[in-house]
Amino acid sequence: MGKITLEKVTKSFGDVNVIPPLDLTIEDGEFCVFVGPSGCGKSTLLRLIAGLEDISSGAIKIDGNDASNTPPAKRGLAMVFQSYALYPHMSVRKNIAFPMKMAGVPQEEQDKRIAAAAKALNLTDYLDRRPGQLSGGQRQRVAIGRAIVREPAAFLFDEPLSNLDAALRVGMRMEIGELHAKLQTTMIYVTHDQVEAMTMADKIVVLRAGNIEQVGSPLELYRAPRNLFVAGFIGSPKMNLIEGNAAQQHGATTIGVRPEHIDITDSGPWTGTVGVAEHLGSDTFLHVHDTGLAETVTVRATGEVGFKHGDKVTLAPREDLIHRFDRDGLRVA
Amino acid sequence: MATQHSRSAARMMMAPAVVLLLGWMLVPLIMTLWFSFRRYLPLRGGDLGSAGFDNFVRFVTSSAFWPSVQTTLIMVGGVLVITIVLGVLLSLLLDQPMWGQGVVRILVIAPFFVMPTVSALVWKNMFMDPTNGLLAHLWQFFGAEPVAWLSSVPLTSIIMIVSWQWLPFATLILLTAVQSLDGEQLEASEMDGASPLARFFYIILPHLSRAITIVVLIQTIFLLSIFAEIFVTTGGAFGTRTLTYLIYQRVLESQNVGLGSAGGVYAIILANIVAIFLMRIVGKNLDK
Repeated sequence: MGKITLEKVTKSFGDVNVIPPLDLTIEDGEFCVFVGPSGCGKSTLLRLIAGLEDISSGAIKIDGNDASNTPPAKRGLAMVFQSYALYPHMSVRKNIAFPMKMAGVPQEEQDKRIAAAAKALNLTDYLDRRPGQLSGGQRQRVAIGRAIVREPAAFLFDEPLSNLDAALRVGMRMEIGELHAKLQTTMIYVTHDQVEAMTMADKIVVLRAGNIEQVGSPLELYRAPRNLFVAGFIGSPKMNLIEGNAAQQHGATTIGVRPEHIDITDSGPWTGTVGVAEHLGSDTFLHVHDTGLAETVTVRATGEVGFKHGDKVTLAPREDLIHRFDRDGLRVA
Repeated sequence: MATQHSRSAARMMMAPAVVLLLGWMLVPLIMTLWFSFRRYLPLRGGDLGSAGFDNFVRFVTSSAFWPSVQTTLIMVGGVLVITIVLGVLLSLLLDQPMWGQGVVRILVIAPFFVMPTVSALVWKNMFMDPTNGLLAHLWQFFGAEPVAWLSSVPLTSIIMIVSWQWLPFATLILLTAVQSLDGEQLEASEMDGASPLARFFYIILPHLSRAITIVVLIQTIFLLSIFAEIFVTTGGAFGTRTLTYLIYQRVLESQNVGLGSAGGVYAIILANIVAIFLMRIVGKNLDK
């Protein structure tokens, strides 16, 4: 079981208020991703849940029990750190065994769990090596192995993929996803990469300056961003946010149109010149300017279109998929 | 200029320094070796011809030899244990954030800058004097009988003095090692349920092992040649005669250069055995 509830949690370092009062519930078995730009307090929030930082006020409840003042080891949570934090002088086997050794698990049980974890993570051949002899991806798996054997109520991941190269990151993303499907344990995952958030999460928590901007499933956030910040943060390439006359025609201060919701047609409201055309093979991203709008418009077209720098295009946003925001940046229904 | 030319030019320019250093080392070494095979008594007839291996045999069979080896080992070992145990604890303490950290660190390092002769004299006269010493006053304050440090526990006293001098060195090296420990490792072990004591033994101490071997190596080399501290306190009496001090007595007090030189050769061999032994440990530790 691993239901985690934060009630009016605050954190301040001296005079600096990092987390204003914050409420959040993470259901048992959920894969919850904290996402936000760097310095938004997402790592601090994770460390508060882990118990590595003390909360200034409020309460953290794990399965209904107040854990606000429980030491980290007693909260039943396992954490995977950004730097993996493996113990360099111990073999992989001893690294994985360490939490069990500290908990006084009998040797036989330790061996059984190590074997199971090593099998699940493809580490069986590396058990007697030291962390220094492993690649980044393998170290990452050892760190996960060390977390698994504790059979925790929830896993906490602190930007675990940020030290890996792009190809490995995609692979590890899937492995962590599969691990979650198999273990059905609560996972809290911190990242600044919205792609990781979108692909892995059951529930995304978008944070800015310690405030929760929106909580919801990836598609909820994609379809109905609550404000301009979420609208700009979720989705790649970024949503086009357009102000001025074009927005006022729709009765809003700002309108947002995703690049994939703009068609290149013969007749449309915006006609402009292609600045940069990024051909990815599967898609083409066109950056169109001189459309009469102040902003450059990004358009996602199919991979086979042949537009290049300087071409004239006419754009038509799909009217039913335009997001409207008011003066305060909040969504207008 | 081509690489080849600049290389030979570099060699030419380095040559004077190399020759000077080699000479500096080799001349005394060869002279020691030479004298160790001579009967050389400066005040009793000078060089009296070859002595074969007589000097070597006499030095080892003298009743003072084995006790002096033992004293040397106890002194070096004692200082190493004290400086490393206290050094580890002090470095952990100094790593804690506190007010006036910079000043405290400089003060901790200060004893290292005091010359051995001076520090030994200060300890002898200001602390360990049985009537006027600070320690005697302290003992009296608590109603105890003052200890005559340098005559009743002379070896312990000298170990205390030398440890005081070398503790800053050990602390300094260990402090840099403590500071290089990854904080996430400590946090990870905290989450893994390790108590502070377990964290110390499983995480911090293994991390310090490399720094500790380096401290042991460097200190051993310097501690084998302790002289001033013995000379100004006990003068080699009361079982404080180390190998180094025995050689000094043979050469200058007995005026037997040949016998002393043979002792010097033994000391070289002993130091090299220790050095090889320690280098292998360090090498093994550095490989990891």
